[in-house]
Amino acid sequence: MKTLLDIRDLRTWYPLRSGLFGRVRGHVCAVDGVSLQVRAGETLGIVGESGCGKTTLARTILLLAKPHSGEILLDGRDITAFDAAERVAYRRAVQVVFQDPFASLNPRHTILDAITEALLAHGLISRRERRETAVGLLADVGLGPEALDRYPHAFSGGQRQRICIARALALKPRLLICDEAVSALDLSVRAQILNLLESLRTKHNLSYLFITHDIGVVRHLADRIAVMYKGRIIETGPTESILGAPQDPYTRALLEAVPVVGGAHNAALSINRVLPEKAATSAT
Amino acid sequence: MPPLLQIEHLSVRFDTDDGVVAAVDDVSFALNRGEILGIVGESGCGKSATALAIPRLLPMPPARLSPASSIRLDGLELTSLPVPALRALRGARIGMIFQDPMTALSPLRRVCDQISEALRLHRRLSAAEARHLALDWLVRVGIEDPERCARAYPYELSGGMQQRVMIAIALCHDPDLLIADEPTTALDVTTQAQVLNLMQALCRKTTALLLITHDMGVVWRMCTQVAVMYAGEIVEQAPAPAFFARPLHPYAIALLEAIPSAATRGRPLRAIPGQVPSALAWPGGCRFAERCLCAHPDCLTQHPTLAAARSDAARLVRCPYADENTP
Ligand SMILES: Nc1ncnc2c1ncn2[C@@H]1O[C@H](COP(=O)(O)OP(=O)(O)OP(=O)(O)O)[C@@H](O)[C@H]1O
Ligand SMILES: Nc1ncnc2c1ncn2[C@@H]1O[C@H](COP(=O)(O)OP(=O)(O)OP(=O)(O)O)[C@@H](O)[C@H]1O
Ligand code: SF4
Ligand SMILES: [Mg+2]
Ligand SMILES: [Mg+2]
Repeated sequence: MKTLLDIRDLRTWYPLRSGLFGRVRGHVCAVDGVSLQVRAGETLGIVGESGCGKTTLARTILLLAKPHSGEILLDGRDITAFDAAERVAYRRAVQVVFQDPFASLNPRHTILDAITEALLAHGLISRRERRETAVGLLADVGLGPEALDRYPHAFSGGQRQRICIARALALKPRLLICDEAVSALDLSVRAQILNLLESLRTKHNLSYLFITHDIGVVRHLADRIAVMYKGRIIETGPTESILGAPQDPYTRALLEAVPVVGGAHNAALSINRVLPEKAATSAT
Repeated sequence: MPPLLQIEHLSVRFDTDDGVVAAVDDVSFALNRGEILGIVGESGCGKSATALAIPRLLPMPPARLSPASSIRLDGLELTSLPVPALRALRGARIGMIFQDPMTALSPLRRVCDQISEALRLHRRLSAAEARHLALDWLVRVGIEDPERCARAYPYELSGGMQQRVMIAIALCHDPDLLIADEPTTALDVTTQAQVLNLMQALCRKTTALLLITHDMGVVWRMCTQVAVMYAGEIVEQAPAPAFFARPLHPYAIALLEAIPSAATRGRPLRAIPGQVPSALAWPGGCRFAERCLCAHPDCLTQHPTLAAARSDAARLVRCPYADENTP
């Protein structure tokens, strides 16, 4: 399989300030030397502790956060070498569905606007085609046309997440980053969406970077898994080998903590933090 | 002794431009101290609306409760309680963990101040004592560098960290009733286990927990009772062990079959075909009929009642054919 996205030794730091606009006291090394490849048409699952830098990694790939150092290559070309047109193409090729469906929809835009805004901006459809296109996209995620003229507040969390997915798919991306995209969904809608993502993957040779806390979901759909811990990838490999024979103690602890129907019941799970503390902050 | 929480005939309506959304329809249940009730069900089926109705946190309007709705905490009717008394009660006796942490946290105040405030609402504490306890709570919800987190503004934290701050605020004043709406969806499984243990420990003492989640593994691990909602109604209610041993309602059965796992790899998941009907006009018969694989002709016209199952009087199910449907 061809490599679509190649990430090399990426670091993204956030400044630590003493007040809202105060002096910089140091940095949080949210992404601290990540290297990974996403191949064309594959699903790479990223799992890891809360706060380990998964969203920051996604934001960096999406050009929403500026890396401190490192390289991002699309089709083997460093994206910093892209001209303006290529950057626009890059932004289209890499789309995202975030974990928080509440924050990602503008409350003053109707669903029709939300879904077709980017399509119109990129000149991909005419104004006349927009309703028809939007109806099709909504149908793909299991929503009816009556949703079009309503505002986000009138939808439940799961319904909003479906709208976000429809919006991301509208631009026909090559890489879709899903940051906890299905965690707000109920089981049957989740099953529908996972089936949908799977069918789109084969149809459009789409790749997924699937960030999730749900081990069952990665078990079901990821080709490979990368385990992240404190800003770094500590283990990566094919799904069966990572989940079947995890090498790293953190990965083992992670897998043991998964609650499954039929598993440990009403008994306190033992949680031991396995890796030695590594200071997450560093002074400058 | 009356149950800690008793909800009867709760109906929530939203008045919208398109018409009246019947989000919650005639929901009744009771919850005792030490019990954990898990509410599961289709997205949009009214779980959050039910949870928000208890401390009267629904936006009214557009929301309103039907006149028959009754919500009693230790016998005290909440639907008609004056606002100041209600506000005091919310802080002191009801802990809330919301689906969306950013609605519960104030964006412009440091985490430490927000937890301290919750602590000092009910106990006389010096600022230093409150700060000390706040740090302690950050550790208990699994935050690794509590000092930095305490100084941070919410936007400087990851989604899971924000959620844990909210959990700390909800738990720190020892509520009688804890309402948790998807409290662990943004948490990794090790942190989730830690938070669940914390909640469970609280419930072993004197707290009752209403837990809304999509994760059946979490329900299995935590809950004593399960209520399955579909289209604004409870369609099945049972003690958790009996439910998992043999779900009765066709929707509940389908829900348990939709869980992704190693066994489902490489083939489509068993999604339930079709869509939930519109909450603007629920169908007259069984609301699940259009998607039900076991539907009988009269299902389209007869609205089934929530009744004791024939095979087990301790369970309620809204389907006259439930006992025949399951193997
Ligand atoms: N402010 C509102 N105005 C109009 N309709 C609303 C409003 N809030 C919620 N609804 C509707 O009420 C119904 C119940 O919503 P609720 O948020 O309780 O669902 P839920 O079961 O919590 O779903 P999820 O699992 O996706 O969070 C939905 O059909 C939703 O569209
Ligand atoms: N805007 C910001 N300013 C300062 N620090 C930040 C900012 N955003 C994130 N961080 C910090 O960077 C680290 C990584 O955060 P990130 O959101 O990437 O984690 P995550 O792996 O996505 O976690 P979760 O699973 O909880 O969503 C955290 O320690 C967080 O506090
Ligand atoms: S009442 Fe009929 S349609 Fe409804 S769940 Fe039972 S069998 Fe299915
Ligand atoms: Mg995140
Ligand atoms: Mg909800």
